[in-house]
Amino acid sequence: MRVTADRDRCVGSGQCAMLSPEVFDQDDDGLVLVLREVPAADLAEEVHQAADLCPAQSIRVDD
Amino acid sequence: MTQSADALPEQDAPLPRFPMRRTCPFSEPREYAGMRANEPVSRAALKVNGKPAWLVTRHEDVRQVLGDSRVSSNLKLPGYPHQFHIPEEMLAQVRLMMLNMDPPEHTAQRRMLIPEFTARRVKELRPRIQQIVDEHVDAMLAKGGPVDLVTALALPVPSLVICELLGVPYEDHAQFEEWSAAMMNHDLSPAEYGAAVQALDTYLDKLVTLKENEPGDDLISRFLEKNRTEQVADHVDVVTMARLMLVGGHETTANMIALGVLALLQHPEQMAALRDDPALLPNAIEELLRVFSISDSGTARVAVADIEVGGVTIRAGEGILALNNAANHDESVFPDPGTLDIRRKEARSHLAFGYGIHQCIGANLARVELETVYGTLLRRVPGLRLAAEPEELRFKDDAMVYGVYELPVTW
Repeated sequence: MRVTADRDRCVGSGQCAMLSPEVFDQDDDGLVLVLREVPAADLAEEVHQAADLCPAQSIRVDD
Repeated sequence: MTQSADALPEQDAPLPRFPMRRTCPFSEPREYAGMRANEPVSRAALKVNGKPAWLVTRHEDVRQVLGDSRVSSNLKLPGYPHQFHIPEEMLAQVRLMMLNMDPPEHTAQRRMLIPEFTARRVKELRPRIQQIVDEHVDAMLAKGGPVDLVTALALPVPSLVICELLGVPYEDHAQFEEWSAAMMNHDLSPAEYGAAVQALDTYLDKLVTLKENEPGDDLISRFLEKNRTEQVADHVDVVTMARLMLVGGHETTANMIALGVLALLQHPEQMAALRDDPALLPNAIEELLRVFSISDSGTARVAVADIEVGGVTIRAGEGILALNNAANHDESVFPDPGTLDIRRKEARSHLAFGYGIHQCIGANLARVELETVYGTLLRRVPGLRLAAEPEELRFKDDAMVYGVYELPVTW
């Protein structure tokens, strides 16, 4: 599993940082930061949920 | 099969009229289920002016529309589905709020505000929100029941929170709450609506001028400071932004607080489960947001190019209402959608805060406020119960944001 995020699309909803704080954070501008590009397998469900719920569709997960 | 509004043959039956009323506070308007099943993208006539607009009702289609850069939020464009009557000359003078802007203007203003509402910032506000809630619950308990929960708790808590965040003196709350409630009312005349906006803008204009000269530790001052280098907004834009934050920041949350408490009181087993296990609260809040979807038609758009939605071609210039209340009752995403289930595992997929670039910027703040209020009531007022017959309650059927006018409770 590899996680990438498109910061140009990000609208700073912070859902990812709330749903999966080990993998996502927001920088001082409030835009998405990927903390772990290759998260542990047990985080797969929350990472996929974060990607699905992102209102700007700025998170991509490649399994 | 594809069809477009102007290519439709003249129909014998008149178009259904929008908005449609909820028959019960806990359910979507009756027509929505049929539309999702039979004609998920269909035409309606707007009650305010009889003009046609597309209603989009399925979860997937609502997400598609709200995520599509070929739709605009600009209420000045012909075809935009207005829900208030705004005379042409008034419309020409309206300064766009962020929620009616398109990129790149929208992106520039939103990015100035995002840092105010990050998960981290909202978390930092938690202790102060808890303090505000406790003070109001203390006062409620000291006074003794019955009390109207709307005036005792649901309205003052979000109002105080947004005032402190923005740097608006709370002493003035009675005034702006009245203006803001007026702005949410579908039935106001254009003159009354205009007067409410004007009164609030005059108030905020003075406040913004004050902060330009004497900045404080608040959102408006930080916005002004950043704007000195970014040059995103002029003075009127800042006033308009402040109005949006103030009105959006308390009216919606206040309505959700009261409706959520009512829903829990009407579902005592689920309320008891929440009291026993507060860890269920975050999911319960998503479910309450889903069930009520209080800003159903806040997601009005107009197509700026031909787009295909659910097999229907929506032409450039046609208005669209991407109905989040309909989407939030889509059986294919939320099984048995009419049932409140605080443990519903897909609750978080709701679109009650909208979707796409305009998704509510204060969503996480609202969540924390709801969690604090519900959690505190469950803990501190275990005997809470309605002090009126449910049939006597009056609901905001004609307002842009759904709610209950009064909620008499005792304990």
